[in-house]
Amino acid sequence: MSLEKITQVTGRAVNVPGNDIDTDRIIPARFMKCVTFDGLGEYLFFDVRKNADGTDKPHPLNDPRFKGATILLSGANFGCGSSREHAPQAIQKYGFRAIVAENFAEIFFGNCTTLGIPCATASREDIAKISAAVEANPKLDVVLDVAKQEIRFGNQTVKASIRDTARDALVNGRWDAIGELLEGKPAVLQTAAKLPYLAA
Amino acid sequence: MAKSLFEKVWDAHAVRKLANGQTQLLIGTHLIHEVTSPQAFGMLRDLGLKVLMPHRTFATVDHIVPTDQLVEPFADPLADAMIKELRKNCQEFGITFFDRSTGKQGIVHIVGPEQGITQPGTTIACGDSHTSTHGAFGAIAFGIGTTQIRDVLATQTMALGKLKVRRINVDGKLRPGVYAKDVILHIIRTLGVNGGTGYAYEYAGSVFDRFSMEERMTVCNMSIEGGARVGYVNPDETTFKYLEGRPYSPKGQAWTQAVASWRSFASDPGCHYDDVVNIRAEDIAPTVTWGINPGQGISIEEKIPDPSAAQAVDEKASIEEALAYMKLKPGAPIKGTKIDVAFLGSCTNGRLSDFQEVAKYIKGKKVAPGVKAIAVPGSQGVAVLCESLGIDKVLREAGFEWRAAGCSMCLAMNPDKLVGDQLCASSSNRNFKGRQGSPTGRTLLMSPLMVAAAAVTGQVSDAREVFHVRDLPAAV
Repeated sequence: MSLEKITQVTGRAVNVPGNDIDTDRIIPARFMKCVTFDGLGEYLFFDVRKNADGTDKPHPLNDPRFKGATILLSGANFGCGSSREHAPQAIQKYGFRAIVAENFAEIFFGNCTTLGIPCATASREDIAKISAAVEANPKLDVVLDVAKQEIRFGNQTVKASIRDTARDALVNGRWDAIGELLEGKPAVLQTAAKLPYLAA
Repeated sequence: MAKSLFEKVWDAHAVRKLANGQTQLLIGTHLIHEVTSPQAFGMLRDLGLKVLMPHRTFATVDHIVPTDQLVEPFADPLADAMIKELRKNCQEFGITFFDRSTGKQGIVHIVGPEQGITQPGTTIACGDSHTSTHGAFGAIAFGIGTTQIRDVLATQTMALGKLKVRRINVDGKLRPGVYAKDVILHIIRTLGVNGGTGYAYEYAGSVFDRFSMEERMTVCNMSIEGGARVGYVNPDETTFKYLEGRPYSPKGQAWTQAVASWRSFASDPGCHYDDVVNIRAEDIAPTVTWGINPGQGISIEEKIPDPSAAQAVDEKASIEEALAYMKLKPGAPIKGTKIDVAFLGSCTNGRLSDFQEVAKYIKGKKVAPGVKAIAVPGSQGVAVLCESLGIDKVLREAGFEWRAAGCSMCLAMNPDKLVGDQLCASSSNRNFKGRQGSPTGRTLLMSPLMVAAAAVTGQVSDAREVFHVRDLPAAV
C-alpha cells in the first residue's frame, strides 16, 4: 500500500477559537448513528453552527470569507473527550487537511495522524498571528511545513511542532500503519505464544 | 530493575519497533460495540483481511439500545440497522457477541469485568475512550479510533508510543458521603482536563487499597476526562477475589498459575515514576460540576466561580463560556440549583454497588414532583442482581423509572435524551455541551447518592444532609 508523503499542507486557514473543544462538539453523538463515515462532513460542529430551525448561527465556518479553508486553527486541548474517529473523519470530509492548535488530546491526535491529517502545535501568540493575518486577508495562503516544522504565511514564519513519530509517519508516507503491522505477523504470533491468556 | 506495572505489561506485549519509532503492541483483548466498529469491518472487507484472533474479540451492544423497548425492530431505523450490522459482522468473522438474547449484554466496560474477560497484566483495546475502566484490574486498556479497530481486528496489534507514568496517591480516610466519583472529580479538578496528556495514571494509596473493584472502576473510567488515555490500579487480593469463578476466569490449576502471574505484574517498590502526586483523602468533598468540562467541579459547599475573580485571561473566558451555556449565576451556591432530570447509570456509575448505595438511603423517600428520574443498570447482569435484591423495587417506589441495560442518557444515542435546556443531575462522565442529547441540555456530574439527593429535593443538595449520611456507617 503506497501512501501519500505529507510533507506540507498549503491552503487557506480559519480560526475556530476556544480551549477544550471536545469531540461531542466536533460531531454530536446523534450523527454517529451510521455504519459508514460518508456524509459526516456536513455535521461538523453542527450544534454550534446551526440553530434548531436549521438556520446558521454566527460561527467561523459559516463565514463566507472562510469557505474552502483547509487548515483549521484552534486553542488548547483540541479534540478532548470521546475516541470517536467520526470527529477527525468529519473534519477531513468537510475539507480540512491539517489542524494547528496549542495542543491536542491524545486519542484525537492519534486518530488524525492515522488518517493523514497533520496535527501541529504552535504557541498561542503564533496562532493569534496567523489568525490575524487570515482575518485581514482570508485568501492568504498558509503553508504548514510538516517536514521543517514551521508555518509560513505572507512574509512571516512561525515555529510549529509535530511529535517525531507522527512527523516521520506523515513525511515518509507511513501514517496508515496497517501494512507494517501486517508484516509483523510472525513476530506477533511469537509474542502471543508467550502469553497464556491468548491461547485459543 | 524495579518496574511499574505499565512497563511490565508494555514489555510483555511489545512485538517490535516500527520504522517511525512507535511500538507494535500486542492487544490481548479486543472489545467492540455497534457504534465504532462497523466502518472497521468495512475497511477489513475492502482490504480482503480476516480477524486474526476472533477468540480474543468480544462484542456487545450498548450505545444505541433503547432502555424501554425490548422488542425488535427498534423504533429508530438507524439504531436497528446498527445492531443488525454488528450481528452480521460477528457472525461472519466468528466473534462472540453478548447480544440481548444472551442475558450478558450491557455497557462494554461493565460486561468485560463481569464476565471475567478483563484480567490483570493484559492489554485491552476498545473503540471507546472509557476503556480506561478496565485498568482497575491492573490491565493496560486503551480507547482507540475506528482505523485502529481495523488494525487490531486484522493484526491483534496497534502502533503506539510509550506513555509516561504518573502515580497518584490518595491516602487517608474518605469522609462519610464521599465516594469514588468524588475522588476522580477531585483529581481531574486538581490536575486539569489535559493534565494527563501523555501519561498513564497509576492510582494508589490507602484509599485505593480499601476500594472495591467497582470503586476502582469508577475512578479508572474517568482517567480520560483528565487527559490520561490509560489509568490503572495494581492488582491485589481484592482483584483476585472479584475474578474468581467468573465465566472467563481461569479454573483449577490454571487459576493458581494465573494469580501468581497476575501478582507479578504489580509495580515493584522503588520503581521509577515520571511524576508523583499526593492527595489527602480528607480534602475530598462531595463534588459537583458546574461547567462544560469535567474539570469544572466544586465541592457541594462551594460557590459557582465568578469570572471577575479569575486569575488568568483563559480561565476567565472559560468560566464565562461555561456559565453562559449553563445559565448559572457566578458567585451563587451550587446547592439549591433546580434540576429537571436525574440520571443514574453509565459505565462510570452503573454497577450493583451504585444502585445498592442509592437504595439504602432513598428507601421511604420520593422523587420531587416535576423531576424525571431514570435508573439504568449498566448490564443485564447488573439488572438481574439488583432485581434479586429488590433494589429495582425500592427505586421504583421512590419514583425512579427502572430501565433496561445500556449507555442511555450518558450520551443519548438512544431515545433517552434531555429536552431543551433541561438540567440533569447525572452519575455519568461528561458534561460537554449537548452531551445528553439536546444541543442546549445541561449536565451536572456527581456521585449516584448526590444524584439521588437532587432527585428527592428537586435541586442540587448535599446528600449527607438529605440522607443523614453521618448517622449511618460510612460506605468506604
